Amino acid sequence: MKKELLIQNSRQLGTFVGLIVVTAVFWILSPYFLTISNLMNIAEQASINAVIAVGMTFVIIAAGIDLSVGSIVALSGVVLAGALQASLPVPVAILLGLGVGALCGLSNGLLISFGRLPPFIATLGMMSVARGIALFYIDGRPVSGFSAEFRSLATGEIARIPSPVIIMIVLYILAHCILHWTKLGRYTYAIGGNEEAANLSGINTRMIKTTIYALCGMLSGLAAVLLTARLNSAQPIAGLMYELDAIAAVVIGGTSLLGGEGTISGTLIGVLIMGILRNGLNLVGVSSFTQQVVIGSVIILAVLIDMAVRKDRTILLAKGIIK
Amino acid sequence: MTKTPIRGPCSDFNFYSKIMPNITALHMRHIRKVFPGVVALDDVSFDLKAGEVHVLLGENGAGKSTLVKILSGAIQKTDGEIVLFDNPVEIDSPKQAQKLGIGIIYQELNLVPSLTAAENIFLGRERTNSVGLIEKHTLLSSAQHILSSIGLQIDCDQPVRSFGIAQRQMIEVAKALSLDARILIMDEPTSALSETEIKQLFGVIRKLREKGVAIIYISHRLQEIFEIGDRVTVLRDGKLVGTRMVYETSQAELVKMMVNRELKEQYPRHRTDRGEEILRVEKLNRKGALRDISFSLHRGEILGISGLLGSGRTELARALFGADRIDSGEIVIKGKCRKINSPRTAVKLGLGFLTEDRKSQGLVLSLSVKDNITLSSLDLFSRLGVISNKREEREAKSFIEQLRIKTPSNHQKVLNLSGGNQQKVVLAKWLSRKADIFIFDEPTRGIDVGSKVEIYQLMNQLTAEGVAIIMISSELPEVLGMSDRILIMYQHTIVCELKSEEATQERVMRYALGAA
Ligand SMILES: Nc1ncnc2c1ncn2[C@@H]1O[C@H](COP(=O)(O)OP(=O)(O)OP(=O)(O)O)[C@@H](O)[C@H]1O
Ligand SMILES: [Mg+2]
Repeated sequence: MKKELLIQNSRQLGTFVGLIVVTAVFWILSPYFLTISNLMNIAEQASINAVIAVGMTFVIIAAGIDLSVGSIVALSGVVLAGALQASLPVPVAILLGLGVGALCGLSNGLLISFGRLPPFIATLGMMSVARGIALFYIDGRPVSGFSAEFRSLATGEIARIPSPVIIMIVLYILAHCILHWTKLGRYTYAIGGNEEAANLSGINTRMIKTTIYALCGMLSGLAAVLLTARLNSAQPIAGLMYELDAIAAVVIGGTSLLGGEGTISGTLIGVLIMGILRNGLNLVGVSSFTQQVVIGSVIILAVLIDMAVRKDRTILLAKGIIK
Repeated sequence: MTKTPIRGPCSDFNFYSKIMPNITALHMRHIRKVFPGVVALDDVSFDLKAGEVHVLLGENGAGKSTLVKILSGAIQKTDGEIVLFDNPVEIDSPKQAQKLGIGIIYQELNLVPSLTAAENIFLGRERTNSVGLIEKHTLLSSAQHILSSIGLQIDCDQPVRSFGIAQRQMIEVAKALSLDARILIMDEPTSALSETEIKQLFGVIRKLREKGVAIIYISHRLQEIFEIGDRVTVLRDGKLVGTRMVYETSQAELVKMMVNRELKEQYPRHRTDRGEEILRVEKLNRKGALRDISFSLHRGEILGISGLLGSGRTELARALFGADRIDSGEIVIKGKCRKINSPRTAVKLGLGFLTEDRKSQGLVLSLSVKDNITLSSLDLFSRLGVISNKREEREAKSFIEQLRIKTPSNHQKVLNLSGGNQQKVVLAKWLSRKADIFIFDEPTRGIDVGSKVEIYQLMNQLTAEGVAIIMISSELPEVLGMSDRILIMYQHTIVCELKSEEATQERVMRYALGAA
């Protein structure tokens, strides 16, 4: 029975081994890597991608994709910054930022479920639209300098843990519970696994899909809040290529791009691997150009290994070597 | 012993069939197959002669599909030996099985929905011209040729998605035939076909048999064995029970071998007093699918719907359930005129619809048995969107016991269940919903004789509680045996209504074929 469990979770085990390997490599290469302060640093840097990746996990499990998250981060960021500069109360400004994100996600969702557009197209369009509005909104210039109250969202600490990390942890626990213990979560898997069967079971698939995209948009808004607070500035060109990092984390974490399968804990490991890679490569002094090449290759490699492992497993199973 | 694969599909095919008519085409010895937590086959030996139809029989989950999947290279055996025309072979991929001249029609249909019928038939074997383009014209005409040889009149340039399950099953048959295989495996090819198509198929099978093709035939419809089979081998729980010549055996003996007990009545319908009217349909129309459909349904009643492939049975069910739009007409439920524009609305109004095609419309294969069983009734097990795990588990367990779903656990992925057990899961999904009106489209497709009786008993229990059932089935004895009234459809409309006392096989067939 234990063995069976092991095999069922072997995909996740593989990701976990990957995490340990990259950690070990950078530990050997740089003595500073495994210090508490650097680890906190990694967690803090990863927290933004982590927040986006949660939404992306839902979307991909539901057999969709969201390419617009990076642009939504930019748009939510500038709206938030505008609101802060207009001296709106901080909570109101934050709600505005989240609301703009949710709105963008909502229109993605409506276009996909009611307009029947392929997710790839709908969110590709939104990617451009949201970025354009962000540029337009503040005329292409960055907005910076916010109150300490707002910045404490990024700089604050509780029990020496940076607040973005705490937000991230809470979010992951919440997302895990939603995926496993609520109807929304179950329906997400069902839609990703077989949308027609889900629909014919009386599930309101359109509404669920719309909700998922809106949720993903709102989480991008949350990422924008954290990013703006950390940089103390909002730029219309923020969040470039964020979709890549988020999708990579989700896929490395074992969620199938075909939908119907995946876990939040896997995504968390994927996020950490991505974070460690970026941090470690910096520490070791790899140039940012080379970093792009390395990270892209790692993503491809991870998926290749994943496929090999899966195939291997069926053969081993078939030959009765593992039971 | 050296193991050399035989090359070339059927170059020496006539040689075998003509010179040595009684040659053994295939020997499977001591086959064992283990899945995680399940021994699917345990020391099974099986042989097949050229020019014979060898029937495989057994309860759901007995291991029939597993055995033939090993032959077709879809899965690999754990242990054992396969000898093909006296050559030991290792079959490690479907491609290789094809090369060895083994063709298969899988139980779960494997067509690509977005490709046309013709493209599906020749998938992976398209003939190309000198610049590497597919010769569409040849493709179409050869496809049409094969299809007409099995009597299927369809436009084979249409995507498979647009065809119903019976037509898809025939397309699968055509695909397998196009391989020109010398061993042809058919895993429940008739589960969604009605009499007329089955007759056509049997004609084709007889011709192949004369040509010396060795055929493995799997079916849960016992009467077919006596019509088409030469020998029959029975499996139970992954073990070989025995092989009989068809002319030496009887239904009773086969059933005994299969389930290890006697089976009482096959259609145990307990009629209940007809209650109030629960559904009335008036002048339902949908362009190209339904014409002026009117009927009524009462509590405690099983209303059978019979008709040929394409007569509009499934279209009617889909329209009632809000899966397809209707152009005009009225649906009155419990005295109120209702507009049903989505399955969700239908479920809310107390309808349940078991679809004919479990794989593409009934199940989420990547989810567990439990998750599938509660998929349509999750709101009964949750509060404020949060699922009560305990109650959900209990519900699933009770159905697994009640329907005897063969699975190592609640958490097994449905993908890993045998076809008949998957069908039971779909059934459980709707039973768990506790609807007032059930529409069952081919409810016992792929279910073994023993379990069928249990499902009929469940239907009795439901109607006794005042539930009304519309049962669409291509299995005429089932319709005749279980229905209180029978509607017969022909060319998208209802041509006749018969009470069960006045219905006979001949009468129903006559109306279904369009006779006035
Ligand atoms: N991929 C798999 N993983 C795990 N178990 C499997 C897998 N495929 C089949 N099984 C198990 O092996 C057993 C035999 O299955 P098989 O599909 O051969 O049954 P069958 O005789 O064809 O039944 P049916 O009449 O329902 O089609 C079943 O208990 C099934 O659950
Ligand atoms: Mg089977």
